[in-house]
Amino acid sequence: MSEQNEFVRQVAEKKYEFGFTTDVHTEIIDKGLNEDVIRLISAKKGEPEWLLQFRLDAYRYWLTQVQPTWGHVHLPEIDYQGISYYADPTAKSKKNPQSLNEIDPELMKTFDKLGIPLEERLALSGTAVDAVMDSVSVKTTFKEKLSEKGIIFCSISEAVKEYPELVRQYLGSVVPPKDNYFAALNSAVFSDGSFVYIPKNTRCPMELSTYFRINARNTGQFERTLIVCDEGSYVSYLEGCTAPMRDENQLHAAIVEIVVMDNAEVKYSTVQNWYPGDAEGRGGVLNLVTKRGDLRGVNSKLSWTQVETGSAITWKYPSCVLRGDNSQAEFYSVAVTNNHQEADTGTKMIHLGKNTRSTIISKGISAGKSQNSYRGLVRVGKHADGARNYSSCDSLLLGSQCGAHTFPYMDVHNNTATVEHEATTSKINEDQLFYCNQRGISTEEAVGLIVNGYAKDVLNKLPMEFAVEAQKLLSVSLEGTVG
Amino acid sequence: MKSEQQYIELYHEASSVIKERSCPVMNVVRDEAFEAFRQVGFPSKKVERYKYTDVDAAFAPNYGISLSPLTVKPSAYIYNMKDAPIDVTPYYHQVADCSDAITALNTALVHDALLVYVPKNTRVADLIVVDNWLRGTAATMMNRRILVVMEQGSEATLIINDHAADKQRFLVTQVMEVYCHDNARLDLYEIEETTPLCSRFSNVYIREGRDCSVKHNSITLFNGQTRNLCDVYLQGENSEVTLNGCAIGSGHQRIDNNTLIRHEVPNCQSNELYKYVVDDQSVGAFAGKILVEKDAQKTVSQETNANLCASPDGRMYTQPMLEIYADDVKCAHGSTVGVMDETALFYMRQRGIPEAEARTLLKNAFMGQVIDQIKNESLRQRLYVKVEKRFRGELDKCEDCRLCK
Repeated sequence: MSEQNEFVRQVAEKKYEFGFTTDVHTEIIDKGLNEDVIRLISAKKGEPEWLLQFRLDAYRYWLTQVQPTWGHVHLPEIDYQGISYYADPTAKSKKNPQSLNEIDPELMKTFDKLGIPLEERLALSGTAVDAVMDSVSVKTTFKEKLSEKGIIFCSISEAVKEYPELVRQYLGSVVPPKDNYFAALNSAVFSDGSFVYIPKNTRCPMELSTYFRINARNTGQFERTLIVCDEGSYVSYLEGCTAPMRDENQLHAAIVEIVVMDNAEVKYSTVQNWYPGDAEGRGGVLNLVTKRGDLRGVNSKLSWTQVETGSAITWKYPSCVLRGDNSQAEFYSVAVTNNHQEADTGTKMIHLGKNTRSTIISKGISAGKSQNSYRGLVRVGKHADGARNYSSCDSLLLGSQCGAHTFPYMDVHNNTATVEHEATTSKINEDQLFYCNQRGISTEEAVGLIVNGYAKDVLNKLPMEFAVEAQKLLSVSLEGTVG
Repeated sequence: MKSEQQYIELYHEASSVIKERSCPVMNVVRDEAFEAFRQVGFPSKKVERYKYTDVDAAFAPNYGISLSPLTVKPSAYIYNMKDAPIDVTPYYHQVADCSDAITALNTALVHDALLVYVPKNTRVADLIVVDNWLRGTAATMMNRRILVVMEQGSEATLIINDHAADKQRFLVTQVMEVYCHDNARLDLYEIEETTPLCSRFSNVYIREGRDCSVKHNSITLFNGQTRNLCDVYLQGENSEVTLNGCAIGSGHQRIDNNTLIRHEVPNCQSNELYKYVVDDQSVGAFAGKILVEKDAQKTVSQETNANLCASPDGRMYTQPMLEIYADDVKCAHGSTVGVMDETALFYMRQRGIPEAEARTLLKNAFMGQVIDQIKNESLRQRLYVKVEKRFRGELDKCEDCRLCK
């Protein structure tokens, strides 16, 4: 027993792998939030007047709202005036670096350490990367190769300058600035993020990826991603995130908007590994994100895949609006919580078009003293004839002090729709553990095996390189939870 | 003016009369309950448990309050609270929760209460039947209160029928508290057959000791607006609870069932099965939560909600929830909203059964799953007939009571 306890202690004290900080010259504006700060951010980015107005309108709306409290999470009071809304680690480097030599070597080292292929030698991995640290996009790779096909993949700041019509047309069209409290905040102060435009009938030849990193102290990250997939096109997009270990909470309030046109398909995968706080629940990232896809075209398809292992608090619902007839949406999620982490995550499937189909597969795993909730809405509108939904939410409990909860909402307003939901909650099967033990597999390893098997339905949906990382993450996040 | 204001004024005017006509045990908690009501007010749709019912609108019309005394036919187990054979202080308003506005309002306004008391080790073979008749010449508000005390090792079947005798607007609040001591068994049926003019707000609270078994059946055959809340507290080991419900909506009816089963101790079992058929413009809502507390290991729980949308304008909301804080549990829930099986319909039509008849047969079979679980043979048979009549559109008024012409 004592041996086991010792092991648990060791694992519990295991350092968060990505918890280092980078000592890079960062230009940070003063803490606090007011109209002048928003004007300053906008000016630093050299934004046009309409965007400044967009920000100010959102900010004024945000001021009239109060922070929501309905989630099954204990969101600490956030001091919005104690955060700096703009931190630029590239201040020393040249803007829009044409070659890697123009980037601050410290920054390069950071992304090297994180295993992000910014360097040409890693180009073989065949993934185009947009690396965002704090408020600024550091480097986007493979831009030229993509532009041959007419694909636009750049930071959103750059897109505002280069393709203002496109940005103006779609920005805020899926997640309006007044959508919710955090969306309003993001719309007011968003810093950087990725912009993707896939032209008609184009299959994006490589995976696109954005890597988010919070580095500077007392800053929040408010990135904004906009993906537009035009008629008959296809893109697979990956997102990864890490942050250093700090005692105080860091705020991450992002918006992801996806527009899918006729016969187009978007795959969006996330491996979220923000710093989850220490074993006592100190620090960690507050992950309050609004993600939504609008399936505007007929036969369009959108699939969200998420592996959530980090963040002190995760509160997000990647959603789909199935507007086009015959559109299809999928949501695959694995959410792991350990120690004092809290997650309230799930999805919304809004069926508006005819013969729309959606699938929800959610796997929650809770350990330690964590709380893990699935919350999902399936709404079938009055005109969504023949809509079909299947949801399945399973929860696995490891340990007697954690909680696993399921809150599905179904709202059906059409008599030709079929909506199904099933959920189970249980602990790891003793027989399976015993079987593994019998064959010389330690309990720790056995748990890793069983959990990976349990989450397989979702992990299989991830692109290859991500799946490997996600599997590793799952085992690391759960080590020391059984004993 | 928000609609609670008129009830606040009513209380100020009528509380002395109510107190006079009531009994001390009910008066003790009255002012406190009123204060609670005054503070919380009617829940808005933003309150999670009242998402699907507009309480404010239902209580807004001007109803006259009924203060007529409760008549109880002399019976072995049913009493007027004033003539209670036991001290009801440890029971009355103990499990009922005043943070719920309906319960608070009911506790403040109710002047008479019914007590069902089954003494220790008594097995009641006959059915205990309570008939509620709504009568009035003007729009009337009724506040009903029922207390059920099942002593150790007792066993009973209690049927509560709701009828409306007059074509009049009625607003009913009902609070029922059920206490089951160790080893008690209770089958409880609530059958509502009222009119589209009736609004019913019923809150049922059940507390179970060790080795108990409670079956609660909520059957809404015909109504106007119904909101049923049922909270179960499993406080003794090896107990079980079954919550079954069937709801049939047509016209502009609204049926909202909200249940909470709270597993507070280990080794308990809960089952829940609710089925809805929503036709015409009716709206059905089901929200059921199973809450397993930290120490309630070895809990087994199954929650099922199946719904049939039978018309393009019918609307169904469903929300089956699990909130689990213990690891050694087996909990599952399933929920479906669907359409009638086209192949089954085709099969029947092939064999010469007209489509409308085939649809009725399917709806009947769908509800049959709930009715099948009723243990009492005569009640089961009666409900089969009633459900079938309901689907054929023949049950547009309650027919059992002699008062209905």
